[in-house]
Order: sequence, then structure tokens, then C-alpha cells
Amino acid sequence: MSEHGTITTSSYIQHHLQNLQLNLKTMSLGNGGFWTINLDTMIISIVLGSLFLMLFRLAAKKATAGVPGKIQNFAEIMIDFVNQQVKDTFHVTNHLIGPLALTIFVWVFLMNFMDLLPIDFLPRIAGSLGIPYLRVVPTTDVNLTFALSLSVFLLILFYSIKIKGFSGFGKELATHPFGWKLLPVNLVLKLVEEIAKPISLSLRLFGNLYAGELIFILIALLPWWLQWALGGVWAIFHILIIALQAFIFMMLTIVYLSMAHEEVH
Amino acid sequence: MNINLTLLGQMITFAIFVWFTLKYVWPPITTAMAERNKRIADGLAAAEQGKRDLEIAHHKVLEQLRDAKVQAASLIEQATQRGNHIVEEAKEQARHEGSRLIAVAKSEIEQEVIRAKQELQLQVSELAMAMAQKILQRELDPTKHADLINHMLKEL
Repeated sequence: MSEHGTITTSSYIQHHLQNLQLNLKTMSLGNGGFWTINLDTMIISIVLGSLFLMLFRLAAKKATAGVPGKIQNFAEIMIDFVNQQVKDTFHVTNHLIGPLALTIFVWVFLMNFMDLLPIDFLPRIAGSLGIPYLRVVPTTDVNLTFALSLSVFLLILFYSIKIKGFSGFGKELATHPFGWKLLPVNLVLKLVEEIAKPISLSLRLFGNLYAGELIFILIALLPWWLQWALGGVWAIFHILIIALQAFIFMMLTIVYLSMAHEEVH
Repeated sequence: MNINLTLLGQMITFAIFVWFTLKYVWPPITTAMAERNKRIADGLAAAEQGKRDLEIAHHKVLEQLRDAKVQAASLIEQATQRGNHIVEEAKEQARHEGSRLIAVAKSEIEQEVIRAKQELQLQVSELAMAMAQKILQRELDPTKHADLINHMLKEL
């Protein structure tokens, strides 16, 4: 789909894959290497997260042990669902894991959900307001997915050390899985295993959503009579993907943290 | 893939969101849910207890009803007996009183008869005396023959 007629296919795609960036060194729009903030990712994710928090805070404020209202009902279903997953996996009491999992699930789902909005809808509005670029789906920004997975990784390290102590965690790194004799091999294996966790976690989410968005972009380039058919099918399929990816991210977070809590035998 | 400061910004955002959920969202709702669970459990237990109580009360009522019936029957029995007794007693008393009254009347009649007899005797004797006086007036001194007359009167 070409909005200006002169626009080419590749520039259309590239336009859609370009973040709205703020160069912190010059305080102007544009890429400034590391010292850059992706404004669209930040703003949309914060707006969506605040939406989630406000909705749930509303439910929490009015929370009653009597007959629950609609919002509370919804919040309770979500919390019950998350709690069930946590209880099934987690055998230690940890007051952080439930809220963490809930936040991840709902927030990631909302951000993924932006993928279902018509691909040009928000960028066009932004364009008419003078904003040159807008990537609507924050989870297609690798910065965000890495931010989530690194936070989870830090929590894994924190709980590993907190539960097992420095020596316990060190011993686990050094002796697992082959014992003292093969210490270097153990160390390498274990390090790869640990570092693979955040990378796989973030790249899985990023990859799925990025690919999904890309296909929406490609569908948008097709002739109009084919667009709604393929777009419809892909969107319906994508409903599954966005929920599934949010769920997987939450589930793996729970599993990784539960592993951090348990002694290796 | 261009990693930039957004990463850090998002980590901070994420931390704040999780903190907020942990502090202000999760506890009230889970507390409410737990409390509702407890309330429902309590309610069910109370209902069960109520059912059992009702059954017990039902049994008690039946028992009391039976007791009351037995008591009422015994009361009626007693009352009937006592009634009979009173009637019997009254009859006895009446008979007694009647016979006493008859006896009194009889004795009164007897006394009356005796008195009448005496009076009659007196009058007869006076009459006899008067007649004798009249007869003997001429020849007899009443004082002389008084003992004879009295003797006669006694034999009468």
C-alpha cells in the first residue's frame, strides 16, 4: 500500500521498522549510538503499562470479599490464572514472583496487542501530527525485550545467591554437571546455560513479534482485494501468538526463578 | 539490532511497574479473594451446621410432643380419678349428713313425744284430781289422800 504514490516498497517497510529516536547527546531526533532513547517504545510501553496498572489498581481499591464487580472479577480471573501457574511451578513462598508474573503477562500481552491495530493507523495519525517515525509495537524493539529478560536474569542471579549463598552458587557453577574434576568444562557449560536464558527469553518474544509485524507490513503491500483475506487470517492467527508469547515469557520467568530457588542435585 | 539507552529506561520502567503491582495491586485483590474463600467455606460449614441443628431440633420437638402427650394423658387420668374421688366423698358425706339429720329428727320427735306424754300425764292427773276433788269434796280432805292419788298417778 503506498500512501504517497512515490513511496517504494522497501522504503515503506523501512519506514515502518524505524523507531522514533531521540539523540540524548544533541537532544534532537535521530540516532546517537548508545545514547539514544527510542521514544515510541518508551511512551507506548509506559502508556500501556499504566493502563494495566490503573485498571488493576481500580479493582484493588474496590476489592471486596463480597460480590465482586466486573473489573474486580476480571482482575481476579487474571490473578487466579497467574497464581495457578506460579503454584504449579513454584514450591517456595516468594511474594515477588506472583506480581512479577502478572505484570509480565498483562504488560507483554498489551504491548503485543498493538500488533493487531491496523498497521498504518497510529503512524499515519502521528505523521499528520508531524512525527516522522512511529513503531507501534514495543515488543518488536529488542531494547524492550532485553530489558525484560535482563531484569529477570538479574532476579535469577539475586535469588540464586540469596538462597544458595555465594559459595553454594559458586559450587553449583563449578561442579555441575560433571563434578570437581572437570571444573573448567562445568564453568563454561553453566555460564552458557545461564546466559542463554535471558537471550533466548528476549529473542523469542522479539522474533515472534517482529516477524508478525513484518508479515502485516508485507500484507499491507498486497493489492487491496487480497489484503483483507490474508490480513484477516494472519490477524486471527496472531491473536493466538500474542497471548501465547506473553504466556511463554511469564511461564519461563516463573520456571527460571523457581530453578534459582532450588538446589541442584 | 541497536541496543541503546532505551534498554535501561525500560528496565527502570519494568521495575517500577512490578513494584507497583507488588505493593498496590496484588495484596488487596489476593486478600479479598482469600477472604471470600474463607467466607464461602464458613458459609457452607454454617449451612451444614444449621441443617444438623434443624434435624436435632426436629427430633427434640417430636420427643417433647410425645412427652407432652404422655403427661397430658396422665393428668387427665389423675383428674378423672380425683373427680371420682370427690363425687364419692360428697356422696358419702351426704349420706352421713342425711342419716345424722334423721337421727336428730328422730330424737327430737322422741323428746317431743315424751314431753307431750308428761304434759298429758299432768293434765290427766289434774283432771283426775279435779274430778276426784269434785267427787270427794264433800267427804274427803284432799290433803289426806294425796299420797294415794299420787300413787295412782304413777301407775297410770
